[in-house]
Amino acid sequence: MHKELIKYALFSTVVLLAPLQFSGSYLLNVLVFVGIHTMLAVALNLLLGYAGQISLGHGAFFGLGAYLSGVLTATYGWNPWLTMLVAALVVGGIAFGIGFPILRLKGHYLAMATLGMGIIVYIVFNEWVELTGGPSGFSGIPSLSIGSFVFDTDLKNYYLVWSFVLGCVLLSVNLANSRIGRACRAIHDAEVAARVVGVNARLLKVQIFALSAMICAIAGSLYAHVMTFIAPPSFGFNISVELLTMVVIGGLGSIYGSFLGALLLTLLPEFLRFMHDYDIVFYGGLLMVMTIFMPGGLVRGIPALFRKLSGLRKGKGAAHA
Amino acid sequence: MKKFVTFCSLVTMLLCSASMALAASGTIKIGGLFSVTGPASFLGEPEKKTLELLVADLNAKGGINGQKLEAVIYDTAGDATKAVQLATKLIRNDKVVAIIGPSTTGESMAVLALTEKEKIPLVSCAAGIKITEPAKDRKFTFKTPANDHVAAEKNLNYMAKQKQKNLALLTVTDGFGASGREQLKTLAAQKGFNIVADETYGPKDTDMTPQLTKIRGSKADAIICWGTNPGPAIITKNVKQLGIKMPVYMSHGVASKKYIELASAAAAEGVMLPAGKLAIYDMLAKNDPQQKLLREYDAAYRKAYGVEASTFGGYAYDAFLLVTNAIKAKGATTAQIRDGLEQTKKLVSVSGIFNMSATDHNGLDLSAFEMVRVTKGDWAILK
Repeated sequence: MHKELIKYALFSTVVLLAPLQFSGSYLLNVLVFVGIHTMLAVALNLLLGYAGQISLGHGAFFGLGAYLSGVLTATYGWNPWLTMLVAALVVGGIAFGIGFPILRLKGHYLAMATLGMGIIVYIVFNEWVELTGGPSGFSGIPSLSIGSFVFDTDLKNYYLVWSFVLGCVLLSVNLANSRIGRACRAIHDAEVAARVVGVNARLLKVQIFALSAMICAIAGSLYAHVMTFIAPPSFGFNISVELLTMVVIGGLGSIYGSFLGALLLTLLPEFLRFMHDYDIVFYGGLLMVMTIFMPGGLVRGIPALFRKLSGLRKGKGAAHA
Repeated sequence: MKKFVTFCSLVTMLLCSASMALAASGTIKIGGLFSVTGPASFLGEPEKKTLELLVADLNAKGGINGQKLEAVIYDTAGDATKAVQLATKLIRNDKVVAIIGPSTTGESMAVLALTEKEKIPLVSCAAGIKITEPAKDRKFTFKTPANDHVAAEKNLNYMAKQKQKNLALLTVTDGFGASGREQLKTLAAQKGFNIVADETYGPKDTDMTPQLTKIRGSKADAIICWGTNPGPAIITKNVKQLGIKMPVYMSHGVASKKYIELASAAAAEGVMLPAGKLAIYDMLAKNDPQQKLLREYDAAYRKAYGVEASTFGGYAYDAFLLVTNAIKAKGATTAQIRDGLEQTKKLVSVSGIFNMSATDHNGLDLSAFEMVRVTKGDWAILK
C-alpha cells in the first residue's frame, strides 16, 4: 500500500506543478483535454483492464454526460454542479439497466452490442434537432463557477479538470486494490472459477460497467462546460476507438498506464505537426510498432526497454573486457 | 551510438521547426484553420490551397502597406476539439492578428467562443447562420459563405414565379442540411408555400428511393433537396429511375460540375439550383462586376494546382480579401481589423459583393446567386 501512496503522491505533484512549465502556452489547453481523456481512459480501463469486458460504446456515455449537462444548464437553466451529479446518476442508471442484457454477451458479441449502443446514441444526438441542435451542434453552455469565481481560462480549467482526474484516479486505484478489484481480476482470468469461489460475477460486471459510465458522464459534463459548445461528431465511434487505443497503448489493468496512453495519444499529434501530411503515416506506424514490441503497454514497456538497454550496454562492456 | 545520433538529429529537427516559427517577425501573421483531412476535406483542401496561393501572390507584389504577410495554416481534421486547441495555438504561440476558417459550422461554433473571448477577428468559411447571429454576441466573428436562407429564398422566389405552391423537402441530416431545412420551413411559411412532405436522409446513405416514393405520393409540385455531394447526385438518379416528373431543385451546395458528373448529364437534365457565380463566370453578362476577378482566380488556381477552382476555395478567397482589405483600410491590430471588416463596403470578391454592417457580419444578398438549370451537362442561366 505504501508503494501505491508514493506513486499517487508523485502523480499529483507532477499534475499540480505542470502549469508552471506550460502556463501561457497553448499546450496548457491541450493538457486540459489530456485530463478529460485520462478520466475516460481510466473509466474504460476499469471495465476492460480489470473486469475484462470490452466496450466500443464509451463515447456514448461521454456524449450523454455532455449533452445532459449542456441541455439542462443552457436550455433549462439548471445549476451546473447539480446537473453534473444528475447526469452522472442518470447515465449510471442507464448503464446499469442495459448492462444486464449486454454483459451476458462475451468477446466479439459484446463488442458488437456496445458498438451498436454507441451508434444508437450518436444517431439520437444527430436527429433530435429540437433538443440537441442536431448536426449543427449545441452552443451557449455556461462555464462552471463557484460564487463569482468563473472557470473561464485555460489555467483555471486545468485545475478544475485535473482535480477531478486526481479524484478519479484515487478512487480507481483504491478500487483496483480492494476486494472488488481482486474479484474483477478473477472474472477477467476465469469467470467460472470466480463464480465457484463465490463472486457474483454477473452483478459485479454490471456494477463496474455502471461506474465506468458514470466517470465518463462526469468527463462529458466537464468537456461541455470547458468547450461551451458540443456537437455529435465529438462523441461518435472515433472517440470510442481512440479510448480503446489509449487503454491498450497505456497498458491494460494499470490506472497510471491509462494516463500515459491518454497523454501520448493526445499530445503526439501536436508534436508530429511539423511533418505536415505525413504525420498520420508516422502516427499509425508508431502505434503498430508499439503494439508489437510493447504488448504490455507503455507502463510495462518503458521499464522493460530500460532494462534491455542497460543490459545491452553491460553485455557490450563484457565483450570488450 | 547510432541510436544516440538518430535521437540527437531528431531533437535538432524539432528545435529547428520551433525556431523557424519564431524567426519571421516584422511580418503580419494571419492564421488559417481548415479541415484539410477527414470527412470535410473537400472543403478544407481548396481553402488551404487558395490561401497559400493568395499569400504568395500578395508577397510577390510587395505585401500590404510595405509589410509581408505570413499565413500559419493548421489542419483541424474536421474535429471541433482539435479546432479549439489549434485556435489557442494560433493565438498564444503564433500570435496571429486574425483567423480565417474553420471550414465547418460545428468547428466555427466551437472556435468562436474562444476568439470572441480573446478578441481576435475570425472570418469563418462555413455557412451556418448561427455563426454570425445574434450579431450583438458576435462582435469579432464574420463569415464569407452566403447565409442558407439567401439561397433558399432564391429558390423559393423562382418557384413562386412558376406557381409551384406545394413543396416536398428532402434534406440531409448534417449541419448543412439541418440549417437548410430550418430556413426553408420558415421562409416557406412566410411566403405562403405548403410543405406537403418533409423527408431526411443520412449523409452516407446510398439509396433514397423510399423517401422519394413517399414524396411521389404526396402531390407536391416540386422537390427541393438540400445537401452536398454525393447525396444529391444519388437522389437525382433515383428520381430518374422512379420516373418522377416533378421539377427538382437543389441547394447551392452542389453547384459544381462534379455534381453533374456524379449524377450523369442525362439524369441531371432540368435540375435547377441557385449557383454562386464562380461556377458560371463565362456565361455572365459582360458588365458583371465579378467576372474579371472570377476569371483570374480560376486561371491562377488551374495554373498552380491543375484543377478548376471551387466555390469552397472561393470562401477562403473572400476571407483573405476581406482581411487584407481591412488591414489596408484601418491597420494591422486586432481591433483595427475588426473595425475594418465591419465597415467593408462594396468589396467585389468570389462569393459576391460584400457590404458588412454592425448587424450583418456576412454582407451578401440575393445577388450572390444566379438561378441555373442543368442543360446538356452544363449550366444555363435562368431568367
